[in-house]
Amino acid sequence: MSQMPQQAALTKCPSCEEPLESGDRFCGACGYDLSVVPARPRDEPTIALNGSVPSQAPPGAGGSPVPDASAGRGTPAQGAPVPPPAAPVSPPPAQGAPVPPPGTQVPPPAEQVTPAPPPAAPGVPVPPPAAQGAPAPSSRTEVARGSGVSAEGAVPPPPAAAAPAPSSGVRFDRRAQPEEGAAAVGRPAAQPDEYPLQAPDPRVAAEQRPAADGDAAVCVACRAGRVDDDGYCENCGHAQPRERDHMEQECGPVAAVSDRGLRHHRNEDAFTVGATALPDGSPVSVAIVCDGVSSATRPDEASLAASRAAGESLLAALPRGTHPQAAMHDAIVAAADAVNALADEPEAAREHAPHQNAPACTIVGAVVTAGLLVVGWVGDSRVYWVPVDRSAPAARLTEDDSWAAQMVAAGLMGEAEAYADHRAHAITGWLGADAYELEPHTASFKPDRPGVVVVCTDGLWNYAESADEMAGVVPADAAVRPLHAARVLVGHALDGGGHDNVTVALVPFPAVPQGAGSA
Amino acid sequence: MANFSKSNVPQFSVDVYQNEYLPEGGREVNAVVTVTATGGGTIGGAVAAPHLYSPGEGPSAAVVLMVDCSGSMDYPPTKMRNARDATAAAIDALRDGVEFAVVGGTHVAEEVYPGGGRLAVAGVGTRERAKQALRKLSAGGGTAIGTWLRLADRLLASADVAIRHGILLTDGRNEHESPQDLKAALDACAGRFTCDARGVGTDWEVKEVTAVASALLGTADIVADPAGLAADFTRMMETAMGKEVADVSLRLWTPVGTTVRFVKQVAPTVEELTGRRTEAGPRAGDYPLGSWGDESRDYHVCVEVPSAGIGREMLAARVSLVIPQPSDGGVRGLGAQGLVRAVWTDDVAASTAINPQVAHYTGQAELAEVIRRGLDLRKEGNIGGATAKLGRAVQLANASGNADTAKLLAKVVDVVDAATGTVRLKTKVEEADEMTLETRSTKTVRVKK
Repeated sequence: MSQMPQQAALTKCPSCEEPLESGDRFCGACGYDLSVVPARPRDEPTIALNGSVPSQAPPGAGGSPVPDASAGRGTPAQGAPVPPPAAPVSPPPAQGAPVPPPGTQVPPPAEQVTPAPPPAAPGVPVPPPAAQGAPAPSSRTEVARGSGVSAEGAVPPPPAAAAPAPSSGVRFDRRAQPEEGAAAVGRPAAQPDEYPLQAPDPRVAAEQRPAADGDAAVCVACRAGRVDDDGYCENCGHAQPRERDHMEQECGPVAAVSDRGLRHHRNEDAFTVGATALPDGSPVSVAIVCDGVSSATRPDEASLAASRAAGESLLAALPRGTHPQAAMHDAIVAAADAVNALADEPEAAREHAPHQNAPACTIVGAVVTAGLLVVGWVGDSRVYWVPVDRSAPAARLTEDDSWAAQMVAAGLMGEAEAYADHRAHAITGWLGADAYELEPHTASFKPDRPGVVVVCTDGLWNYAESADEMAGVVPADAAVRPLHAARVLVGHALDGGGHDNVTVALVPFPAVPQGAGSA
Repeated sequence: MANFSKSNVPQFSVDVYQNEYLPEGGREVNAVVTVTATGGGTIGGAVAAPHLYSPGEGPSAAVVLMVDCSGSMDYPPTKMRNARDATAAAIDALRDGVEFAVVGGTHVAEEVYPGGGRLAVAGVGTRERAKQALRKLSAGGGTAIGTWLRLADRLLASADVAIRHGILLTDGRNEHESPQDLKAALDACAGRFTCDARGVGTDWEVKEVTAVASALLGTADIVADPAGLAADFTRMMETAMGKEVADVSLRLWTPVGTTVRFVKQVAPTVEELTGRRTEAGPRAGDYPLGSWGDESRDYHVCVEVPSAGIGREMLAARVSLVIPQPSDGGVRGLGAQGLVRAVWTDDVAASTAINPQVAHYTGQAELAEVIRRGLDLRKEGNIGGATAKLGRAVQLANASGNADTAKLLAKVVDVVDAATGTVRLKTKVEEADEMTLETRSTKTVRVKK
């Protein structure tokens, strides 16, 4: 969504809480660069989550950990509806307030950090990305001060998960701030602390792409013909399965499965999963899922380029200490650049179709650390939170960039009405040279209990749309056997008809050291 | 203009235009295949071609000119004179080093120059002697085109050259041999040389002339006014001199269970090739395309594939270009190839779309067909049927931007509304106009890109 009203200017420095004057670009006390603050603190929170949007987490839902906030970071303009809540920002406490609403979401006491919308920020969409990197550092430092500690402490125990419980709710952007007092744990500020500059961990998950089938000799369709160089059978002409038709990958505690589905002739989804370590040595898991836009040209190349670029960006930035939320934002920008670059390539294929659209795809990603869950997206691919303890509510953490979601968010239509419209699934945000304006959404959460993060394309969520439905199909042991669970989820979509490409990545929360996760 | 930066070896390219998406259960796959040769001779340039090569530089070639010398050529007497002048002009357009001969045709074929079952090599001296020999041409006798072609074939076969071409001029009906004889002669000559055919005046049979050009992969046209012969002959010869590669075939591979509905050339003219297939190994067949200079032609390929489930993809046909090698019976591939695919989808928007090229040429082929049938019905006196067909032709020509054909149609019908195809048959139509329309009905225009 793009143009929402801008958020109110910050009243306090997000870093040191010094009161600000309107128009300030830097904090007068600590020098915090206010332009880096995400413009609007929250873009659209995951809709449901916000108190405002009922859909997802019905109040009844009770404690869904997640729901809180999403911060729209990259885009300046988001501001939208939600923001108001965000508004609270100024007083950190206020934030706490927001949480309450979620109150519904009982569990997460959220502490969110609210990102303070920098006054300047509004105007500048761009800055955020770049800026973010910058800010992060500063915040680190700051954080380091007290809050950090506490936060960290909280984090480590992740496994214990419950521990942090006190507060962890969701947080908006990364900006760390004072937390709500209540929450013992999560000092937002902490976040930075969590990622003190330390020796970057060079470990980068190697990308292991499934190897193509070695034997290309005999046609799988007729079993009689040899397969020619073009990938077609010399006897019956049938296209041979391609490497991307079905891909599986397990990387440390994270796993992903992608399948062509039953109705599409090729797989236009792509993913990247990886695990690395933060500067402090604590583990961090990364999953990126992209869905090529079929009506565009070469959507398969777009999704592959985007997932790779985003994955590489994250796996390079996280060990350097970049705040996960900033890293996610940067990764989406990197992915967008990679997709945009495809449009420039003078492909030979171009001559065949004079009127082609620029390659395009959606993107959704999740970064999981010991205590933090950051999601980011553009388009209609989603992230769901499914707690290990199923008695706690599951939640959807992303808000689609789709026509229906926009209608609902803008209050122009009821959810039922909007989703019944034939335009419902038209996406309003994507990566690609013809996108109106790149508006990466990111949100940060502090789940108060262990769970699994489901990162998927609409090929899956079309068959398990609500958070409860999704939780219903995620195997109970998903956190310990993520690859198996991912296969089960893909199977669920195929059983439902497999009308689209299906891709799902599962990331257990909290992150555990590599190798410890796979059952 | 001659482009000296081009290599003399033509490069062929194949481009496929199609909508590969089929609905569930869909079986018919249509594609327009554009074959382009570049880097070879230059055609169409008024003077460039004959002077583009120095002796020995161009491809070796042999040309036989067949001139109708039947009695009717004397009525009016200018016709024979014009035919002589046109033949002389064509001889002047011969590139040095090209082997040639002139055949005078009546109910038998006679070698006019050089004689003795041989070909002469073009040069200053031979051109002059050939033109002198033309003076001996006189009208008298009947018309048996098949005999002319057989003689031309014998003469051309005596030369060891890359390009073999004939130019045939007639003014009357093929009355002195049976249609079967002509057909047999055409079958015997097909693939051995290419031939352009021209009808001069209005006493000849359009179907006979177009049949010759069609069978021998050349062009057919009418020269209603004998005065225009010389220019036309010069143009034809220049085109022939621009040919670089002979006997190119389009090889179509199709998978098991697939049938070829049709293969036809759709630009520059509509030419049915389906029946000319010769098998070339398992699941492949060759369709003759004749000789090529610097040019581009379009082919419409339609195949029927076995139905497959939604989400499946298959190769419906593979199009490549080959040149048969008589020496060893094999073929030489020209490198270029195009893939015609079939993808089954439940996306209705995708499967119902018609590729613009396919739609355009489907319309052009229909245009040629309705003109032919419209004129036939008109000859039979079926005014209603003729009006309907020609009205449709006007509509198609108008919609596709085929202005030349639209102009020819306007000489046969009064156009009331081109968009709807509302026309009235003209009560009085010049015979030349009707024959021109019939002869040129297969000319198409390409898609505006």
